[in-house]
Amino acid sequence: MTTAPDPQQDGFRLSQLIYDTRYRSITIQVIALIAFMAIAAFLVRNTIINLSNLGKDIDFGFLFNRAAYDINQQLIPYSSDSTHLRATIVGLLNTLLVAILGCILATIIGVIAGVLRLSKNWLTARIMTFYVESFRNIPVLLWILAFMAVLSEALPTPRAFRGENPEASMWLFDSIAVTNRGTYIPAPVWGSGSAFVVITFLLSILAIWAFGKYAMRRFESTGQMLPTFWIKLAIFFVPSLIVFFLLGRPIGLSMPELKGFNFGGGLHMRNSMLALWLALSFYTGAFIAEIVRSGILAISRGQTEAAFALGLRPSRTMNLVILPQAMRVIIPPLISQYLNLTKNSSLALAVGYMDLRSTLGGTTLNTTGRELESMLLMMAIYLVVSLLISTGMNVYNKSVKLKER
Amino acid sequence: MSDTTNSLSYVRKEMLDQQPAPRSQVGASRWIRENLFNGWFNSILTLISIFVIYKVLAGSLPWLFGGVWDATSLEECRAILNERFGNTHYACWAVITERWNQLIYGFYPDTEYWRANLAFVLMLVALAPVLFDAVPRKLLWLTIAFPFILVWLVWGGTIWGPLSVAVGFALAGLAFKLTDALDSMAVSAISAVIVAFLWWLVIGPIIVGGLDSALPVGHLQEVESRELGGFMICVIIGISGIAFSLPLGIVLALGRKSDLFIVKTICVGFIEFIRGVPLITLLFTASLLLNYFLPPGTTFDLTLRVIIMVTFFSSAYMAEVIRGGLAALPKGQYEAADALGLDYWKAQRLIIMPQALKISIPGIVNTFIGLFKDTTLVMFIGIYDMLGLSNAIRANAAWNGVYWELFIFIGLVFWICCFAMSRYSQWLERKLRTDHR
Repeated sequence: MTTAPDPQQDGFRLSQLIYDTRYRSITIQVIALIAFMAIAAFLVRNTIINLSNLGKDIDFGFLFNRAAYDINQQLIPYSSDSTHLRATIVGLLNTLLVAILGCILATIIGVIAGVLRLSKNWLTARIMTFYVESFRNIPVLLWILAFMAVLSEALPTPRAFRGENPEASMWLFDSIAVTNRGTYIPAPVWGSGSAFVVITFLLSILAIWAFGKYAMRRFESTGQMLPTFWIKLAIFFVPSLIVFFLLGRPIGLSMPELKGFNFGGGLHMRNSMLALWLALSFYTGAFIAEIVRSGILAISRGQTEAAFALGLRPSRTMNLVILPQAMRVIIPPLISQYLNLTKNSSLALAVGYMDLRSTLGGTTLNTTGRELESMLLMMAIYLVVSLLISTGMNVYNKSVKLKER
Repeated sequence: MSDTTNSLSYVRKEMLDQQPAPRSQVGASRWIRENLFNGWFNSILTLISIFVIYKVLAGSLPWLFGGVWDATSLEECRAILNERFGNTHYACWAVITERWNQLIYGFYPDTEYWRANLAFVLMLVALAPVLFDAVPRKLLWLTIAFPFILVWLVWGGTIWGPLSVAVGFALAGLAFKLTDALDSMAVSAISAVIVAFLWWLVIGPIIVGGLDSALPVGHLQEVESRELGGFMICVIIGISGIAFSLPLGIVLALGRKSDLFIVKTICVGFIEFIRGVPLITLLFTASLLLNYFLPPGTTFDLTLRVIIMVTFFSSAYMAEVIRGGLAALPKGQYEAADALGLDYWKAQRLIIMPQALKISIPGIVNTFIGLFKDTTLVMFIGIYDMLGLSNAIRANAAWNGVYWELFIFIGLVFWICCFAMSRYSQWLERKLRTDHR
């Protein structure tokens, strides 16, 4: 029996760096590292030279100076005397607001459209196909501009609501006014003691969750089922309402009213926000519809048939068998759609919604002349937001993932 | 026995003629019953759908087809409509016909439109062999030459510049072939890069300068980047982004899957950074910040910067799509390639990539479609694409107030391009499917 001779031990030759697989990976990595560092050094050196030529430096101190510009939608108190940092936060909150609202609405639209596209109803399925294909194949920027044009051109002016026989009227028992200057909806007015109502409400949601756990355990150990739906509904409404009336109705509603040439009172939702919100939701909804559809189609027919064979009703089949499995297929691409929506909210620029890009990356950048710092900070914030969303959703994804052994 | 049966009066003796199926079970009525009025819920859905379709069509059809195609301003258009119908609730398509050239070519000099048209036709011819097998393979030479022809035709100037760049690539290829004997991918690649850059930066410019003065042929009128616009700039940015992002995406995906720690870290960092920020911030970086990052005094073309940024952006997404394809490949394929004694690059080229790319076709084409749609974002950095032009057209007194006609036109152009791409990808998927189902 012959064995391969041991590799010669006569020291290290330079050619081994290229030909020997043991050393080659090190060679390649060192070259890559050197190339990367060289490019980075090149960029940094250029930046330093360019900055010194312009007489600038890298300094984030401008964030604490007076901003001196107004922001038309503020979730936290802000005035033109506030700092640039506060303006940045206001912008970030506006970005997050439209992103969260958009994700919610897009999910609702997407699920409905995706399920209806699979419907046995030929006409409805075709309409949904038309919706999905038209929104997916046309740039979101065009949709944002188009929604903005609808809102500002096609809707009635506040003036049209005036007079004995107004051309336009408010919706839902005179509570919502849709005008070309924005939509006015009733706003809650928090009186004293309203905190107790809110706390009670949050506690009852906690109680619903705990009750669900208890009912499940009871069902698993004794086999007895409680009418969970009605009990949960009762827990949801009753305690909060009792506290609400006991404390003398601390939470009121401020209704929009026509005052002079415009509406006053209520919550003013600007057209810029509505257009951005609706366009992003319908655009992303079309993608989510396709994700939902493919998720449902990915579950083999055998699963449905098995559930029917076990005697489950169609609704329970959907809830207990199809959806839990489809969710595993749906969640990962859904995460990236949420991320896309969040990033696309930076197109707010097209309609003048004051988001992060238009406060920090727009007015602040232009008034202070700190392009480098503003852009870097803005990118960092977007990066952090994206990473947070994807981490959060990945954690959820892990929890619903098939536990493989 | 037979007697008894015959005597039974309730037994029929002769065969009945075949009856037609009940009316409700055949033809259109059956189809309607099964597809539209199958249960109360479906019936309600159908009624709602019919109502929606009626509302939409009743509102839009007269508007669409009653429109005016020939006018020079919105006022004239409305005057014509008032004369014809007594109101102005109709489209003004005249804005499209009147501004057609602008929407397509931007501010390209109108004596030079033939160049843009020729480039577009050549592009279709050059794409044909890439997209379809049946097209003669010899046309691939045109595909290879097309980028240089495109630059020469669209931007004009001397033909020697693009030619010299092409020679650089050819020399790099030659160097790669010559060092192939050394049997090391890294050495070949590095020598190719060195030769190419030596040509482009040192030898090429001298020769180009000499040739340009000695042989001034093929000199087209120079067109500046800011004169490009409209549909043309979308196609230029879109096609270049697509062409460059696929190879870059493959490299990034391989880097991310690689065992080499440093290479992997660099690739992961790049991909996650690009995917974490909106494209618009990258475009602003290209237009505002690039001057900081480049050596003092260098400026380069805004269109080129945008192409680079768009390429980076979509290559990161491309890398993730291809990584999905790589992950979906059974482990046995990798092991089989190793067992055959193929080295890394040969295994990737012959075994892994053909399969992984096939798996990821839908994702790749989706990324392409996204990239093409994202070309509209360039309007924010002062490039007049179709959407930017629609704003500019509205800013003109003659067409102030025209929204829908422009939006519908632009939307239709994008819809056709993107829908064609997605249909092509479905066709390609079917064609390449090798499992026997």
